[in-house]
Amino acid sequence: MTSAAATVSEPRPGPHEGHAVSYPRFLLRVLWLATDGSPRFYAWMTVLTAIALVGLHAWAVQVRDGMGVTGMTDHVSWGLYIANFTFGVGLAAGAVMMVIPAYLFHDRDMHDVVIVGELLAIAAITVCILFVMADLGRPDRFWHMLPGIGRFHWPMSLLTWDVLVLNGYLLLNLHICGYLLYMRFLGRKPDPRWYVPFVFLSIGWAISVHTVTAFLYCGLGGRPFWNTALLAPRFLASAFVSGPAFLIVALRLIESQGGFAVGPGPRRTLHGILRVAILVNLLMVGSEAFTAFYTGGGHAATAQYLFFGLHGHTALVAWTWTAVAFGVVAAVALLWPGTAAHPWRLDAACALAFVGVWIEKGMGLIVPGFVPSTLHEVVEYAPTLVEWQISAGVWAFGLLVFTAAVKVALPVLRDEPAGGERADASATPVASGTAG
Amino acid sequence: MATELPQAPADRPAPRRLPVLQGGVTRRTTVKALGATLGLAAFARAIAPLTEWARDIPVDRFLQRHYRELTPEAMQTLLRQLEQETREQYGAEVHIEDVKPTPGVAFGYALNLSVCNGCRRCAEACHIENNHDRASQESYIRVLEMSKGSMDMERGRVDYAGPNPDPDKFYMPVQCQQCDDAPCVKVCPVEATWKESDGIVVVDYDWCIGCRYCEAACPYHARRFNWTKPQVPAAEVNPDQAYLSNRIRPQGVVEKCHFCLHRTRKGRLPACLEACPTGARVFGNLLDPDSEIRRVLADKRVYVLKEELGTRPRFFYFFDV
Repeated sequence: MTSAAATVSEPRPGPHEGHAVSYPRFLLRVLWLATDGSPRFYAWMTVLTAIALVGLHAWAVQVRDGMGVTGMTDHVSWGLYIANFTFGVGLAAGAVMMVIPAYLFHDRDMHDVVIVGELLAIAAITVCILFVMADLGRPDRFWHMLPGIGRFHWPMSLLTWDVLVLNGYLLLNLHICGYLLYMRFLGRKPDPRWYVPFVFLSIGWAISVHTVTAFLYCGLGGRPFWNTALLAPRFLASAFVSGPAFLIVALRLIESQGGFAVGPGPRRTLHGILRVAILVNLLMVGSEAFTAFYTGGGHAATAQYLFFGLHGHTALVAWTWTAVAFGVVAAVALLWPGTAAHPWRLDAACALAFVGVWIEKGMGLIVPGFVPSTLHEVVEYAPTLVEWQISAGVWAFGLLVFTAAVKVALPVLRDEPAGGERADASATPVASGTAG
Repeated sequence: MATELPQAPADRPAPRRLPVLQGGVTRRTTVKALGATLGLAAFARAIAPLTEWARDIPVDRFLQRHYRELTPEAMQTLLRQLEQETREQYGAEVHIEDVKPTPGVAFGYALNLSVCNGCRRCAEACHIENNHDRASQESYIRVLEMSKGSMDMERGRVDYAGPNPDPDKFYMPVQCQQCDDAPCVKVCPVEATWKESDGIVVVDYDWCIGCRYCEAACPYHARRFNWTKPQVPAAEVNPDQAYLSNRIRPQGVVEKCHFCLHRTRKGRLPACLEACPTGARVFGNLLDPDSEIRRVLADKRVYVLKEELGTRPRFFYFFDV
């Protein structure tokens, strides 16, 4: 028995105890485990907490003084927050690339660590919701969007669809992970009827979250750069780059920092997915670029601005070529036969792919949708310090959620009651923290 | 990792039970409690600006219902409260009304591009009439200087030097087109913006959540966001205000041209039209066959901006030939 598994399942409730008593006890147990670990774990969590608090303070200042503290204007009215939001939705959707092999293709190795993907979805959706809150001019009126008390403009507004699919996806994954953990806490075998249907639902749901997010933009006729039917497929392709890229690195950190044996199987499968997804994504970016430049005229103005600058305005050119370079180098590295043999090379390729997609979806897609403006004025955008602080804070909080969740859940679920030999294989104390 | 953490399991209580339940105090629980306390203190400091901000927002504003859910009595109470708040925050005595649309009236606006000389007095009149923030020189109207021989806005510019017109150019003021199929109305997640029966697209400034999706959706750059709290000196505040039009907007919400409904719904003309020295602007009731706007639509070669988007504007452009 690993120590973390023992800690979560040790104080088992008596048979007389109802859920009203055992569930709060379970939650307290989870909270205790999530805040317990090695000095290195504490250091990591303290750093993340500190960054999150800096972000929180910057947000409080932004709410008090108005969004004039950001670099946004009436011309570029969405910036870093919505860019990160869009990328975060992709990350959440990309996590499904662990669920599909595990449940649809019965990949045993992947099945052992599939909860890492589900927990990534939870953390990423948390990040998305926080970025939407950060972008609201009046967060105090958030309740206006709640169905029932507010006025929920459904089904006309795609934003209401996004609220539904994002929260639905969050609840689905919270239910799946929470149910499995709770059953372990009770010392019972999970009943597949209570989670397998939800897992399959979550697979379809993952596709829907990023499709709906693309529809937010591509349904706007006044923004020719976004108004393309390729946007939703492109979002999905890039999601299946960023999700697996993050997970490949996360699984290695879980192994090296958390002392938790993952084995080469899951990483190999994710690498295979990434090889296909990154090529499809590059193909789609190339297709968009061709259509814009060959057609020319007004619709090429944004592409011109992105790649070469427009009327002397070149703020995004460096970003664009960085993203292109990262994407191409990552693709070559991922397809190179020898890469998988060197874990750090694979990790470096994943990091490049991840950052490349982050730029492509933010500075490469959300911001240029506003340049030139609908009256063809070229007003440039650069994020301010407050925006960077809030964004860093939100990501730090997301990493905090992810670290704590993986640390609590993974050892427990991996250690099946009957699987004694597997538990013996990881003799190192696993409660000492997962990421570093 | 095990080598770096040899003490990790040892300094825990032997029977691993919830410390809150077992009551034992260990070094680890003490450190955790200390960490949590420090964290909470830092959290309180971090959100301190929120309390300063909340002081300026009365509870009534926070709980206020949507415009269309307010009874006439509730609206009257609200209007008096808003007047009181304007007095407190801006030092200005104002009168805020809730002016309703008139049945049988549908407003239309037409602009003669042959005579507009790009003086921007319409934009200036809008700025004053609608209590726009002074520092940002905001206005609902942007005037484009266009190249003769081209209708492509790509070749236009707004930052031309005034006030004398360039003979090789023509001038095109753009403001809200009051679309019949308005993208901004479609995308709003909370129904804070809608089209009234006389065709004017309005915003409930007290319901808007400031997501700016409408600003992204509008093809005409007609919407403005209050990036900061608008600042207007008391002496310059236009006291003739309406709830859905020119009352001073709160911070963090979207606003737009409302065809000066506080004037036009009472039979007056929009401020931009009154300020125009060339007579380029024609405003009236589209449902009145004898109106000037109907004569323009019947006799002139009229076009609308970005017709291909299917937004069906109620703002028309024409040339005098």
